[in-house]
Amino acid sequence: MDTVLELCQVSKRYPHHVAVDQLSLEVPRGSLFSLVGPSGCGKTTTLRLIAGFEKPSEGQIFLNGREISHLPPYQRNVTTVFQNYALFPHLSARANIEFGLRHRKVQDLETPVRKVIELLELAGKESRLPSELSGGEKQRVALARSLVLEPDVLLLDEPLSALDPRLRKQVRAELKSLQRRVGITFLLVTHDQEEALSLSDQIAVMRGGRIEQVGSPQEVYLRPGSRFVASFLGAVNWINNVGVRPEVTRISLHPPGNGHVSQPATIRTATFLGNCYHLEAELSSGEFAVAEVPRGNGVYRPGDRVHVWWHEQDEIRVPDEP
Amino acid sequence: MRQRWLSFYAAGAYLFLHLPLAVLAVFSFNSSRFTVWEGFTLAWYEVAWRDEHLLEATMNSFVVAASATGIATAVGTLCAYALWKRGCLWISATLYLSLVTPEIVLGVALLAFYQWLFRHLNFQLGMHTVILAHVMFSIAYVVTVVSARLRGFDRAQEEAAMDLGATEWQAFFRVTLPQLLPGVFSAALLAFIISFDDFVITSFVAGVDSETLPMVIYSMARKGFSPAVNAISTVIVFVLGVLILLVERLRER
Amino acid sequence: MNRLRSYFLAPAVFFLVLLFVTPLGIILGYSLLSRGAYGGVELPVTVENYLRLFDPLYALILIRSVAYAAIATLVCLLLGFPLALFIARSQKHKTLFLALVVIPFWTSFLVRTYAWMFLLRDTGLINFTLQRLGILSEPLPLLYNAFAVVLGLVYGYLPFMVLPIYAALEKLDRAVLEAAADLGARPFEALWRVTLPLSMPGIRAGTVLVFISCLGSYLTPDLLGGGKTIMIGTLIQNQFTSARNWPFGSALSLVLMAIVMLMVLSALRRQEDRL
Repeated sequence: MDTVLELCQVSKRYPHHVAVDQLSLEVPRGSLFSLVGPSGCGKTTTLRLIAGFEKPSEGQIFLNGREISHLPPYQRNVTTVFQNYALFPHLSARANIEFGLRHRKVQDLETPVRKVIELLELAGKESRLPSELSGGEKQRVALARSLVLEPDVLLLDEPLSALDPRLRKQVRAELKSLQRRVGITFLLVTHDQEEALSLSDQIAVMRGGRIEQVGSPQEVYLRPGSRFVASFLGAVNWINNVGVRPEVTRISLHPPGNGHVSQPATIRTATFLGNCYHLEAELSSGEFAVAEVPRGNGVYRPGDRVHVWWHEQDEIRVPDEP
Repeated sequence: MRQRWLSFYAAGAYLFLHLPLAVLAVFSFNSSRFTVWEGFTLAWYEVAWRDEHLLEATMNSFVVAASATGIATAVGTLCAYALWKRGCLWISATLYLSLVTPEIVLGVALLAFYQWLFRHLNFQLGMHTVILAHVMFSIAYVVTVVSARLRGFDRAQEEAAMDLGATEWQAFFRVTLPQLLPGVFSAALLAFIISFDDFVITSFVAGVDSETLPMVIYSMARKGFSPAVNAISTVIVFVLGVLILLVERLRER
Repeated sequence: MNRLRSYFLAPAVFFLVLLFVTPLGIILGYSLLSRGAYGGVELPVTVENYLRLFDPLYALILIRSVAYAAIATLVCLLLGFPLALFIARSQKHKTLFLALVVIPFWTSFLVRTYAWMFLLRDTGLINFTLQRLGILSEPLPLLYNAFAVVLGLVYGYLPFMVLPIYAALEKLDRAVLEAAADLGARPFEALWRVTLPLSMPGIRAGTVLVFISCLGSYLTPDLLGGGKTIMIGTLIQNQFTSARNWPFGSALSLVLMAIVMLMVLSALRRQEDRL
């Protein structure tokens, strides 16, 4: 694997708390890599350490094998798309895009700028000020401004959070296809697990300044390394220390045959969600299990006595936590 | 009903605030030297215009106010920016203190200081001492106005600039400063007004060759009444009024 | 990053230390020395200058200054609160009404004081008109007395009261007033029990600003009070000019500054307590 960015035992300590705690990470070249975790887990600080806005308390950061830990932001070939884009409000879209090239003393501004304007479909918007752009356009200018410098890594801080919720799914797809076209490594920070799962080649789940697990979306979702990872990435029923996701939790009136594990239970609530029923069943042990049941599987009402079961291959097994 | 009473009251209050200046302005066009209206004339403006002493003082005031404004605006803007980057309690407290210290205290303290410099370094009073004093008391005003402008400023702007290859200096001059300009400009206008109008401090630190317009008006006002003072006062009120309207305009942006 | 910051701070620190801190330090030193034979300062070190403040002659001036400043502040509050209320409640033209308070405030303090001399003197507009109308035979002594000084102070610093009260009223939630009315408070009760207490931060700020400005004023008592030494500002000026007693003048300056600082600090403290 060709690693473009490597963090080695990096810590960032503040007087009253530790934001990043001996974190090590390798980001493969050309991948779309996500850092996910709840707020306060240190993911944004990690991003700021890579960008150079913060200096690590200890540890090293390597870009293309060269240590950059103590270089100022303007000497690192990484660029950032900020959460609120931080476009320069006094400069036109085009001047925003040219900003970095001018500081690199590039002679020919025209060619790269035209290329990136085409790539992000910003033609006709060049002379507008940021205040005259829509939310989606602002984001594209922010991307263009960063991509035109052809960074080794593009950092994106919650790139979709400033957008209208309805736009998000569409932009998510566009972001992924953009990354494929330009081939630049994207390192993205998000607290939205669905966003991370749908976008990324690799996901690193963070907690308390450390990385809990790294893997492909399938690996981390289907084979989480800990209860925390399993629960962070989606709802889980924990039954006798075994995790079962609601979408693979089955409910039937009779016990299933062929040796599947099953538990008798009573339906407590049944909510119609349109495409499925959301059922909450109380097991005889007192634990609750949530199941999403297709409409075709019958109608259940609170008080119905049922059996809860699942296929063994759908089980999530995690080591016992101390 | 109650609102109506309040409006009547407000009309009275505004009269109280504006009538004295309006009366002053009206009587500057009075052809009589006394408080009797006799007819319209511009004679007093001509008298003021012919008065070389007055003209020289006006020139001095402009030189002092312009120089002090230039220096104080530059110094104050940089200071406000640095304090925005990371606060410093001592500097902020000193600035604040300079703002609330009575003018008379600043005046005598500067007089004592300049006197001491004179005794030990043969440092004479003159335009430069006036300008330096004005720079000192204008800095706090500039810092206050520019800081207000900086308060809503997104720190990510500068990070973005550095991220795109600008050094700290370039980030300041190309990204932050252009956006601060309306604030800097209104700070400069305020500094100019305050400096141009100052009498108390100036009267302590001015040398023989550096009499300013407020000093001349003061001595004329004490001596007796000449409609020429009304005329020059009207001009000052008008000019400063226009400047302050400009400041208000800028503040709205 | 810190290098840039210290370069940017350096000029301001230079000016403040050279022209503010040092002069105050010199004054502090002088206030502890004795008066020289030819007006300068001499050893020995003494606290005599501070003790002189208890001399009835000077104590009276100090007390009078505080009294005039207090009266002017009270009048400003009584005049300023309704005006601030009017501006805060006006629907249209709010900016205009505010500008009408601010503009005269910034146009030359000296000229504004002079304008009152023009109105108040024996042959001024007021006396002249009253005599013309046959109401008076002799001119009223309006100028060069305590009345003129307090009037001048009120006129000079009224905006200092109006602006902070306006800012506080502006922040006041209209819904609170509506709730008060909804709960049966009549307009005056709502004003007394809701608006007034909630605008206290503005009233406090305005009061402190006006009071310290009046206490330290020099031009107003000097021009409108005539040649008489009626407030501390004039007394300080006298010590540095005609009386040539710099040590005593320095002590007076520092006492004045101490009072101002105490007022400001207590106001800031109250503000912090509320946060």
